[in-house]
Amino acid sequence: MDLAATLLDGVLLGGLYALFAAGLSLIFGVMRLVNIAHGDLILLSAFVALTVTAYFRIHPLFSLLLVVPLMALLGYALQRAVFNRTLGEDILPPLLVSFGLSVFLQNALLQIFRADSQRLHAGPLETWHIDLPFGITMGALPFLMFIVAVLVIGGLQLLLYRTALGRALRAVSDDGEIAQVMGINNAHLYGVAMAISLAVVSVAGVFLGIRANFDPSIGPTRLIFAFEAIIIGGLGDLWGTLAGGVILGVAQALGGRINPGYQILAGHLVFLAILTVRPQGFFPRTR
Amino acid sequence: MIERIQVERSSRASRFFAVVGLFLLGLLIAAPFFGNRSILYLLVEIFVYIALASLWNLLAGYTGLVSIGQQAFVGLGGYSLFALTIFTGMSPLLAVLVAGVIAALFAIPTGFVVFRFKGAYFAIGSWVVAEVYRLTFAQVSTLGGGSGTSLPVEIVRQIANSRAERDSVIYWAGLAIMVGVLTVIYLILRSRWGLALTAIRDSEAAAESVGVDNYRTKFLIYFLAAGATGSIGALISLQKLRISPDAAFSVNDWTAFVIFIVVIGGIGRIEGPFIGTILFFILREFFADLGSWYLMFLGLFAIVMMLIMPKGIAGWLAERFDLQIFPLGRRIILPKDKQIAFSQFKTPETSEKRSTTKVNDD
Repeated sequence: MDLAATLLDGVLLGGLYALFAAGLSLIFGVMRLVNIAHGDLILLSAFVALTVTAYFRIHPLFSLLLVVPLMALLGYALQRAVFNRTLGEDILPPLLVSFGLSVFLQNALLQIFRADSQRLHAGPLETWHIDLPFGITMGALPFLMFIVAVLVIGGLQLLLYRTALGRALRAVSDDGEIAQVMGINNAHLYGVAMAISLAVVSVAGVFLGIRANFDPSIGPTRLIFAFEAIIIGGLGDLWGTLAGGVILGVAQALGGRINPGYQILAGHLVFLAILTVRPQGFFPRTR
Repeated sequence: MIERIQVERSSRASRFFAVVGLFLLGLLIAAPFFGNRSILYLLVEIFVYIALASLWNLLAGYTGLVSIGQQAFVGLGGYSLFALTIFTGMSPLLAVLVAGVIAALFAIPTGFVVFRFKGAYFAIGSWVVAEVYRLTFAQVSTLGGGSGTSLPVEIVRQIANSRAERDSVIYWAGLAIMVGVLTVIYLILRSRWGLALTAIRDSEAAAESVGVDNYRTKFLIYFLAAGATGSIGALISLQKLRISPDAAFSVNDWTAFVIFIVVIGGIGRIEGPFIGTILFFILREFFADLGSWYLMFLGLFAIVMMLIMPKGIAGWLAERFDLQIFPLGRRIILPKDKQIAFSQFKTPETSEKRSTTKVNDD
């Protein structure tokens, strides 16, 4: 039954990875932008939440009321002021600019918050658990994380396929030039897409901070987890990304069970193995 | 008509810089006889970054392979040197070369995996693979595991007996590697291969349609770059006499800095890495004490350069002054009566392509 508990841990951890990945997947879908700074932006929102909770003395989950709009605004501004200037046929400029942003953010956080480990304290939520049959216990926090991931991805799906904004985003994704001819303001829409991406990122950042210790250096690894979840799931499908996150989470949980040193390595190896046998991922939307 | 057109492959400036370059090389070869220890150490670091940046530029600027995972081969080279000298007793200098071969061999399966990624995803994919190597070497306890290990004294002695001699030997090895790397890159870019690479970078479909085997060409460049990067990694570990997974596979040291150097110096130009490295070291000498402020500044600098001067300093020099230190392009000299037509085509950034269209047009 120990194994079942490990598997459950992995599945629930996958929810967090899907949250990491959803925002990255969205902007890649809309504007083919691979944002190398994505992981550092997750860390930035964790640190913003840390500051907000310390200042107003509120629960980290309540801090989302402030962190989400702040990060969304930042996303819109960042897109309009920086990333929009880099979009085009050439993949180099957006890649290198976001890489520069990643190094900048990492060191800015290091300068402000130092290299110390931080934690968002969520009080009793951290220890609550639900007893399942066969003596397995499920932490309330991981369960909540998973539910939130499902809700966020469901919400994004509704947004993309049931609203006018979603239709515009999909139109821009299919063909930016034609969309513009049809009266869509691409520059604004890209800004909105980045705002949504960073809104999701801030939810991911707060859960990251509640779940475990964090410091400014761990951003790039979160980017890699997000990327792996997207590729395993198959580009362009958000539910696939959730499945990808779950597969990655389970691989890491099983690896960590064998030897704590293998946890992250096992995730990478499963990712590379899947890539080798099934490069299009499990649920490819774009063929 | 065609007989009257001349193709020029060098310019007065490039011939001038060739003479200056040879003089400089002579000076650098003689440096151990008058330079002190810290200067030699700094120069080796500069050689290392010029070579790494030139290789990254070959990949990203000419072949379109934007890798964030070249630290994989730096680390593999370094660990190969340690393994070869400690376990097989190979002489350290020979091991620097063999480490390159080993890194290149590792590049075959690595390339097989990462070449499944296209474009921007290749960047992150190559990073994942480098992480796999880092985490794997952290588990190899015979080479110190996660905390790393130092090169045993008896092996250090094999390099040379006295400390001063060792410094000189490592210095010359570093100089030789840099000159070797630059020569090979220069020859590749001047050859038909160079044209094929630039064609791939500009349009994969068009390159394929004129008979370039994209996959094979890219793979071979990736393979060669990995081998050279491996030898550089071995040299780095020989200079440091210590290795650890986090330092040897550091994405900041061996890829981020290299990317900044190339972006600031000028991507897709052979002069770029030189200019970028020299600027990088000047900045480092003055501001490295500021720690993370310095790195924040570098990140911002790269962003601003990419936005306002995407071809870097070398690109700006080439456009502004028509200055090319390494003559890679083909320049068409038309007879006097055609001069007006020529000036219409004079857009410096496409000198390579312009030549072929011009000849066909006439």
